[in-house]
Amino acid sequence: MTALASAAPLRLWRQSTLVRHLTWSVLGLVVLYFVSTSLDAFANLQLAQICYTAIATAGLTVLSGLSGQISLGHGAFVAVGAYTTAVLLEHLQWPLALVLLGSVVVGGALGCLVGVAAARLRGPYLAGATLALAVGLPSLADYHGLRDLLGGANGLIVTSEPPPLSLGESFPLERWQAWICGLCLVITLFLLSNLASSRLGRDMRLVREDEQAAALSGVHVARTQIVTFGISAAFAGLAGGLFAIVNSLAAPGAFTLALSLSLLTAAVVGGLGSLAGAVYGAVIVTLLPNWTADLAQRANLPRAIYANIPLVLYGLVLIVVIVVFPGGIQSGVRKLGALLRPARSGRPQENRQET
Amino acid sequence: MTVRRHVSVAVALTATVALAAACASGGDSADATPGVTADTVTIGSTIPLTGTAAPGYSEQGPAAKAFFDYVSANGGINGRKIQLKYLDDAYNPAQTVTLTKQLVLQDKVFAIVGSLGTPTHTKVVDFLNSSRVPDLFVASGCTCWDQPKAHPYTFGWQPDYTVEGKILGDYVKKNFAGKKVAYFYQDDDFGHDGMKGLDKYVDQSLVVSRQPYQPGNTDVAAQVSAIAASKADVVVLEAIPAYTALFKLTSLKLGYTPTLVASSVGADPITVSGLLENFAKQAGSSVKGQDLIEGLVTSAYLPALDDTSNSWTALFKKIHDQYIPNVPFDGNVYYAMSYAYTFTQALARAGQNPTRQGLVDALQKGGLAGPGLVPFRYSADSHAGFTGGQIAMVKGGKQVSAGTPLVTGDGDGAVTPYTQAQPQAPANGIPAG
Repeated sequence: MTALASAAPLRLWRQSTLVRHLTWSVLGLVVLYFVSTSLDAFANLQLAQICYTAIATAGLTVLSGLSGQISLGHGAFVAVGAYTTAVLLEHLQWPLALVLLGSVVVGGALGCLVGVAAARLRGPYLAGATLALAVGLPSLADYHGLRDLLGGANGLIVTSEPPPLSLGESFPLERWQAWICGLCLVITLFLLSNLASSRLGRDMRLVREDEQAAALSGVHVARTQIVTFGISAAFAGLAGGLFAIVNSLAAPGAFTLALSLSLLTAAVVGGLGSLAGAVYGAVIVTLLPNWTADLAQRANLPRAIYANIPLVLYGLVLIVVIVVFPGGIQSGVRKLGALLRPARSGRPQENRQET
Repeated sequence: MTVRRHVSVAVALTATVALAAACASGGDSADATPGVTADTVTIGSTIPLTGTAAPGYSEQGPAAKAFFDYVSANGGINGRKIQLKYLDDAYNPAQTVTLTKQLVLQDKVFAIVGSLGTPTHTKVVDFLNSSRVPDLFVASGCTCWDQPKAHPYTFGWQPDYTVEGKILGDYVKKNFAGKKVAYFYQDDDFGHDGMKGLDKYVDQSLVVSRQPYQPGNTDVAAQVSAIAASKADVVVLEAIPAYTALFKLTSLKLGYTPTLVASSVGADPITVSGLLENFAKQAGSSVKGQDLIEGLVTSAYLPALDDTSNSWTALFKKIHDQYIPNVPFDGNVYYAMSYAYTFTQALARAGQNPTRQGLVDALQKGGLAGPGLVPFRYSADSHAGFTGGQIAMVKGGKQVSAGTPLVTGDGDGAVTPYTQAQPQAPANGIPAG
């Protein structure tokens, strides 16, 4: 009797990806809530930064890992999202949710546009084109006709709303921002994991493995690539919107080539194509520079060395991670899981025999 | 497959928790003034130590720290050592925001002192003021630091670009009457504020060309050709050092040698002549940098670097030689030690038990005087720094001042001579309060 009763939810769990994803999302939100309430203000700021970096990385990892297209210019979409949010918030004063949606739409639209070109380009040519985007796009802010709107080289200051009064007068702004970014991250992971297990996700993998075979089996290759590029850029746009709110700015100097490369670094270090990997990667690229700078500061070295030590340490850690886990951290986690599984596998099998 | 992936998402989130928790700092006492203990005062700053803005500017962190180390080694202020923590923002405003929040929220500094850059620092002014953290002596001449109503905790330090533009414009008007003038300017607040000052004095019918440049784009041939074609006799440079050098080298190629007038930002002889030699070397030729800037006119607000008879220069040179002998003794080092002195003086005046509000009050009371040739404008209604400067010319690679120091304001007020003598540096280098 009891075995039968418990079997129904279990079956639902096994069969419905939606139920599984929803459960994990709710769990993720609960975890984020407890994390943010136990952290101080600066750590909450870092949590918010991890979340928006993870959103951009998740979009990039779907693009590169699932559909096999490379982008060295995702920082440009983050910039577009940040400027969209800055303009909508400062000039038009839209509500926050609508503003972020605006960043998603503008990022996605630009992504589709770039995707049209990307669908015609392969390998190094695509890398070169997206690299040009990352270098060129932020300097558009300084273009004469746009200067009044986008603030030129100095950029725009974004004044983000304080936390709602219902949370109490002394509720820290950083925690509120961590909540917003955390919620957006959970929604992003939910949508993208559903996407990965949908028909479009399957098409993406087909296109990645063999374009001709995909075309023969009825997959519209170019359309799949364009849509993927658009989706990926839409999430980069969302990340940009959150970036603008958390850092209270949208300025050309913030969207350097280094930003695009660090997103790619996060995707590769975490494990290309894996959404969990995007989260690990985001944690590493956000926290590591901070830790290495602190270490260098404590070591009391001459200035010329001190200034460059954080970069050296950062590079070293990345090299070590890639050498130890060639498939990214996520592959390490999988291996670890595989090592632990035989020890545990006894019990579930017994259960199965009982039912 | 999918289940395993989602387990991993959960693992990832948990890992985030653990890592984030690991970097969280412990509790703190609520009542004490942040950054002040019985024997230390901790302050913070963001400066580009790496990246395109680092040459020259990166010296400011070590130089300010050297001055504070000297003060601390000689008894400190009211028995407290001053500790400066400067962080590298690489001139990236997103970094500036994170690092400034780190200094305030995590390191709990008493004040932010000498943070560098307009595009970078404008993004943290709101945060610092809403957190009631004194934001002193921003290393930039933007007029935007002087807004005591909107930003009661923010103070500028150097003369703003408009004040400097007025003094240079006044000089051009008096000394090059009837000559054709051209402007070569950085296309942002710096260049625009500077021209605002220049235009108040220079006869508009004589301004034959205005050419902007974008920082980062090192090819200025088009702009320099246009200025050369306009046959201007005098070119005013509202430019950073690298572009003073680029303008000079490019105009040499065209055989065009106008009289150069430059804002103090881009006129430090040691920095500019070094850059000239570097750029020329990259292009495959060798030049003597200091010969190329002979006769360059600028406005200075600090004593000359090589005038060791000046008590301030002697003091800073002594500290430089003892603490940071490997850094060149140039305008950047002098600049940073000077604002470090101003902070030390304000701290001394904030009393035995300094508070953040007490520090701001001490500054607003006015009467601070230090290495500057002219006074500050600090009061309850003004948070602007130096009121002016003194015309100086480069002779033999050195800055030689001419005439009396001049003072003025941002508005339409006249440029007037300032005749009071500069105060002497205290014998031990430490302000009495």
